[in-house]
Amino acid sequence: MTWETVIGLEIHAQLATRSKIFSGSATAYGATPNTQANLVDLGYPGVLPVLNGDAVKMAIRFGLATGSKIARRSVFARKNYFYPDLPKGYQISQYERPVVEDGSLEIVLEDGTRKTIGITRAHLEEDAGKSLHEDFHGLSGIDLNRAGTPLLEIVSEPDLRSAKEAVAYMKKIHTLVRYLGICDGNMQEGSFRCDANVSVRPAGQAEFGTRAEIKNLNSFRFVERAINYEVERQIDLIEGGGKVVQETRLYDPDKGETRSMRSKEEANDYRYFPDPDLLPLAIGEDLIESVRTTLPELPDEKAARFVRDFGLSEYDAGVLTASREMADYYETVVSRLGGSAKLAANWVMGELSGALNKENLDVTGSRVGADALAGLLVRIADNTISGKIAKEVFEAMWSEGAAADAIIEAKGLKQITDTSAIEKAIDEVMAKNPQQLADYRSGKDKLFGFFVGQVMKATQGKANPAQLNELLKRKLGG
Amino acid sequence: MSLHTLTVAELAAGLRARQFSSLELTLHFLGRIERLGPELNAFVTVTADRALDDARRADESLAKGEGGPLAGVPIAHKDIFCTDGILTTCSSKMLSNFVAPYDATVVERWRAAGTVLLGKTNMDEFAMGSSNETSFYGPVKNPWDPRRVPGGSSGGSAAAVAACLAPAASGTDTGGSIRQPAALTNLTGLKPTYGRVSRYGMIAFASSLDQGGMLTRSAEDAALLLKAMAGFDPRDSTSVDAPVPDYGAELATPLEGLRVGIIREFFGEGLDPAVGKRVQDAIEVLRANGASIVEVSLPALPLSVPTYYVVAPAECSSNLSRFDGVRFGHRCDSPRDLPDLYKRSRGEGFGDEVKRRIMTGTYVLSAGYYDAYYLKAQKVRQLIAADFARAFGEVDVVIGPTAPTAAFELGAKTSDPITMYLNDIYTIGANLAGLPAISIPCGFVQEGGKALPVGLQLVGPHFAESRLLSVSHQYQQLTDWHRRVPDGYA
Repeated sequence: MTWETVIGLEIHAQLATRSKIFSGSATAYGATPNTQANLVDLGYPGVLPVLNGDAVKMAIRFGLATGSKIARRSVFARKNYFYPDLPKGYQISQYERPVVEDGSLEIVLEDGTRKTIGITRAHLEEDAGKSLHEDFHGLSGIDLNRAGTPLLEIVSEPDLRSAKEAVAYMKKIHTLVRYLGICDGNMQEGSFRCDANVSVRPAGQAEFGTRAEIKNLNSFRFVERAINYEVERQIDLIEGGGKVVQETRLYDPDKGETRSMRSKEEANDYRYFPDPDLLPLAIGEDLIESVRTTLPELPDEKAARFVRDFGLSEYDAGVLTASREMADYYETVVSRLGGSAKLAANWVMGELSGALNKENLDVTGSRVGADALAGLLVRIADNTISGKIAKEVFEAMWSEGAAADAIIEAKGLKQITDTSAIEKAIDEVMAKNPQQLADYRSGKDKLFGFFVGQVMKATQGKANPAQLNELLKRKLGG
Repeated sequence: MSLHTLTVAELAAGLRARQFSSLELTLHFLGRIERLGPELNAFVTVTADRALDDARRADESLAKGEGGPLAGVPIAHKDIFCTDGILTTCSSKMLSNFVAPYDATVVERWRAAGTVLLGKTNMDEFAMGSSNETSFYGPVKNPWDPRRVPGGSSGGSAAAVAACLAPAASGTDTGGSIRQPAALTNLTGLKPTYGRVSRYGMIAFASSLDQGGMLTRSAEDAALLLKAMAGFDPRDSTSVDAPVPDYGAELATPLEGLRVGIIREFFGEGLDPAVGKRVQDAIEVLRANGASIVEVSLPALPLSVPTYYVVAPAECSSNLSRFDGVRFGHRCDSPRDLPDLYKRSRGEGFGDEVKRRIMTGTYVLSAGYYDAYYLKAQKVRQLIAADFARAFGEVDVVIGPTAPTAAFELGAKTSDPITMYLNDIYTIGANLAGLPAISIPCGFVQEGGKALPVGLQLVGPHFAESRLLSVSHQYQQLTDWHRRVPDGYA
């Protein structure tokens, strides 16, 4: 039997507000435990929540960027359950009336096909604190610094059909929230994480299979692996005569498997009801319009412009616009170069990205700035150096931090374009290799490459490749 | 005339005229609290040192001709308001060790007006009760007859002011908790419009119904204290950003032309005829002095009690979840594990009535019951509000009794919660509709050889506190019921 996978994601994006969603405490990551929790965060008797207007604006930004409806009236509700890192005994969230509804975005798959993924809703809520079970010898520690941090929970339609699609969607949202400046996207610190609802059904069947929810996936790799494991587990289970049960599962990255956390029957009855401490959130047309005017160029628009204005392939445009910083870097290089957009694209995606990846750096932390890279590419464009030499210069720029021209000068890497100098080198190589010359002239064309290599070696790679080709062809031909 | 029977207005004037000092006044009240307080059990905490400090500071300001409008006037706060550095118990074992780290807005504002804090008054546990018998610190006695209850939940505030242990006290009213005790102890009790007074620092019972107010000897005092208490607070999202009128200046509005609606539904079965007679007498006083009286019908109002006992427990079940033994309040000894910590801390910390309401509230919010109870109750709540709104199209205020009977005996209703709940039958409607309402003394009934006070209730449209206060004040110019003090406390 062929099986079809059905996936929906619930992404939690921590909003980049300076203070918490219902209190004035700071949201900075990594502070000493419980130093960023005031009486409101601690759920003290008598204190009340007051909504952070910046969090609302960020939700509107997301809604506008995904073509969603912005609810003119949405409602905060209480989700009731007991846990030590949930100080009030309830989480303030949005339940029946979310602030953002009914949007979509487009993902591009590896084979280039495009697919629209529906966004059911996005709602505002507060995060809980952290329970620390290690280092307390049979006790648990509670850190409430994170309690009350604003989250936007973005719920997709069950439109995703494979782990790869799920990852492509999650990456797209990741790109988008960073473009919008509403989330730092830091997955290690938990600022961007997701739950995956996974089910399988026989191909062609209309109704969905029973789903399992995999909680708290905090890397793209884990999302892919966890879904693939879960899909296989469900298929094996059904094919072995079993049934999938609706439950919450956890992914164990060390073992690469998911395991049951709690079944539907054990699930809490959260007793949602509208929070009487907060008025319904009313959003007027004027607020929406004022937020709209602050929206940046979005990744899809930017990619389309790169294709149109720079003649890039859609794939390259997609890679270069994956982050706002990368796109800005690239555009700076092109503008300094005054053209050569393709050359710039190859270098940014090639040498630069390689060097960044090797040191696990973000483009903003690049050792070679956009101006410096443009300074190097100018020398390729004007034939001062060859592409191959340029790579050597780039390495030196990366490690020494010097400008391209200084390195070319110091290392004498300037390309030889003087015809007589190249001819002289060719003559010497021909003289040293009579046997190969004879073989070439008797029909072994492949030896052409050998002569190119020898001349390049003799000129330390500085001979202009186009000139060399032309001159060598003429001379070898006798 | 003795200092302790004076009104806040009279005391403020006397202090300003330097007829007596705040320190003298404060020592006088502290002496009375020490002598008469214990048998009434009106206070949970007496803040003598703080009171003397406050008084000295007030005297310094007064000597310089400075100080707020209430400079040097002693007051008491219901123990539901957080007071910085002072025990704040809500009369619960759960908070019997809780020293609040901040002041409630109400506390802050009365303090800024210059008041002197005498102490924190006893109450029904977490404001859940109508007789002050659910307090962890024991019941409060009614100064008019110590075998009887003072009403609740603001019973300690009511007893303290009625017995002249304090000139005025704060209260909170979720279903009648200011007005019913005011009626049962011959006081003026005002519940402002929902949103008029900040709830910040007022420990929540039912957030959509709770409203702070005061129990006083006169409508004029209520006007002065409301002016000092009311107004927008950015720390409470449900507080309303509307200007605070000068309630005192508007007291002079005459009764002529006032349109009064008698609530038909409040004069049926369950109302003690003697109480009903006193209320009718009061209405005649209004009519004789220029008010026009008509009857109005609020057909959904009889549904107030069942509606309230869905909404209030629902909210309380969630509001009281924070009392879990983890960060503050009562924690059980040597918990075995987390569920044990929760179960025993809460099991030991809460009394029976609080537990009953948490369980009721948890039930009505549960999956499968939410629509039938909570959602239905919210709809009825809207009907009740609509009834009032319709009535206010015809009349300026609606009128009726505050409580169906005068003060009942201690223990008389503790075995049957429903009978107890019915005591709030006339007061709950104003909370469900968010309307301002006031109870004022309107005479006495004789029971068991004692004269027991009766309260007249007026309810007005949103933010019509000025009108309620001026009608009450005008009535109090024509009658002297409100100046009567129980035997032994004059």
